[in-house]
Amino acid sequence: MSPKSIEVKNLTKKFKDFTAVDGISFDVNEGEIFAFLGPNGAGKTTTIKMLTTLLKPTSGEMRIYGNDPVKEENAVRRSFGIVFQDPSLDDELTAWENMEFHGVLYKVPKDTRHKRAEELLKFVELWDRKDDLVKHFSGGMKRRLEIARGLLHHPRIFFMDEPTLGLDPQTRNHIWDYIKELNKSEKITVFFTTHYMEEADRSAERVAIIDHGKIVALGTSAELKSKTGTASLEDAFINLTGRAIRQEEASSADRMRTSRRMWRPSR
Amino acid sequence: MNTIYILWLRQLKRYLRSRVRIVGSLAQPLLFLVALGFGFGPIYAKAGGGNYMQFLAPGIVAMGILFTAMFTGIEVIWDRQFGFLKETLVAPVSRFNIMIGRTLGGATVAMLQGVAVFLLTLLIGFRPQSLSLLPLAFVFAFLIAILFTALGTAIASLLDDMQAFPLIMNFLIMPVFFLSGALFPLSGLPGAIEVVSKLDPLSYGIDGVRGALVGQMTFGFGLDFLVLAVIAGLVMAIGGYLFSKIQI
Repeated sequence: MSPKSIEVKNLTKKFKDFTAVDGISFDVNEGEIFAFLGPNGAGKTTTIKMLTTLLKPTSGEMRIYGNDPVKEENAVRRSFGIVFQDPSLDDELTAWENMEFHGVLYKVPKDTRHKRAEELLKFVELWDRKDDLVKHFSGGMKRRLEIARGLLHHPRIFFMDEPTLGLDPQTRNHIWDYIKELNKSEKITVFFTTHYMEEADRSAERVAIIDHGKIVALGTSAELKSKTGTASLEDAFINLTGRAIRQEEASSADRMRTSRRMWRPSR
Repeated sequence: MNTIYILWLRQLKRYLRSRVRIVGSLAQPLLFLVALGFGFGPIYAKAGGGNYMQFLAPGIVAMGILFTAMFTGIEVIWDRQFGFLKETLVAPVSRFNIMIGRTLGGATVAMLQGVAVFLLTLLIGFRPQSLSLLPLAFVFAFLIAILFTALGTAIASLLDDMQAFPLIMNFLIMPVFFLSGALFPLSGLPGAIEVVSKLDPLSYGIDGVRGALVGQMTFGFGLDFLVLAVIAGLVMAIGGYLFSKIQI
């Protein structure tokens, strides 16, 4: 067996009386591309937040390359890069400044930082736009910048929470080409979520499906298809999680977007 | 150290890039200066208070600092909602340093705004008594800036959206400003108002700034400095603690 990059045992997260993640266990191998799928509100983002030290679990154990995200948070933080579900760039800074900010926070020495930032910006084809403010970027460009930024400090594992949400097929393909190339050239482990089943089918070595906070299936795409007797991963997914449409509470961010324009006294 | 510097730099760049914000937040102090300064000037002089503009201007400078400082502190909520906060929270650096960097950045921005208001008061006709005490006014202004940026950050750490913003505005910033002695002298007040104004940390900040600029004081530089420094330190410690406990 190859060494593990992520180990999760009986991980549980409760918010008051709602159990978002309910005793899940799984491992991710080193250098693997691992898809974490599930309907809205299934617990995907909550799991990623716990793995990346943003949320404390209610119970259970996690290890990222042997380190505990609860007790050894800085060792864990150094080892991963992340692309969040929502944009997390500073719109008022340029692409280059966003990279610099990240590099300084992660204590990447100046020479390496600048060299690596240049490499990565060229890699995601944003080098000629490096001095433009991020607020003038399209959704796809922001995503590519976030990917470049997440890789700046040479992480061993890369978390991506719906990295291709809302992007056109061209950009999605483009992004997956980068990610697969990185996975090969830097031996980086990739852990991602998506609603586009064909992405998981094409790119992931193994797929986990989570529903109502529990993992309902785990294996290669072919295994899941044969287990459910379906022809596509999408059908297998529907078969495992049911047809009912999930309710998700409107986040406070949605409400904020409305009030943002009214209350902007300080900008 | 680098962490603090880069966070400070970020705040500064954001501020200098939003000219609308700079101009926009000068409008309110200007209105106060003109309406209150010229409006109450004659009656203040008749009551034997002297030149009201000389009295009022330091208070309005402090007001510019107070508002900018609180708003930059509360910006943590925007960063939380629009994602950038996560980028700093998953970085392998101490959250306390992040909070310090933000606070110093916010305080610097508030100081720049304070200087802008000060220049505005000069235009309107305010004349500081002596230039030699200007650095001392600067020290008190900076303490005000630190204290209220840290307070804004601490409050923002507890909130996850902007719903509470009008509450903060009406129940904290406004009372802190109006009861601080920015607009009226703190002597000979009705008992309750006097007690409240003495509990208001901004009173000590304004007392210090006014003392340095025009020589009128209630508490004295020593007490002003002590109160401000202690409360600023306390608020920063609490803010740092709350910030380190943020979960998203």
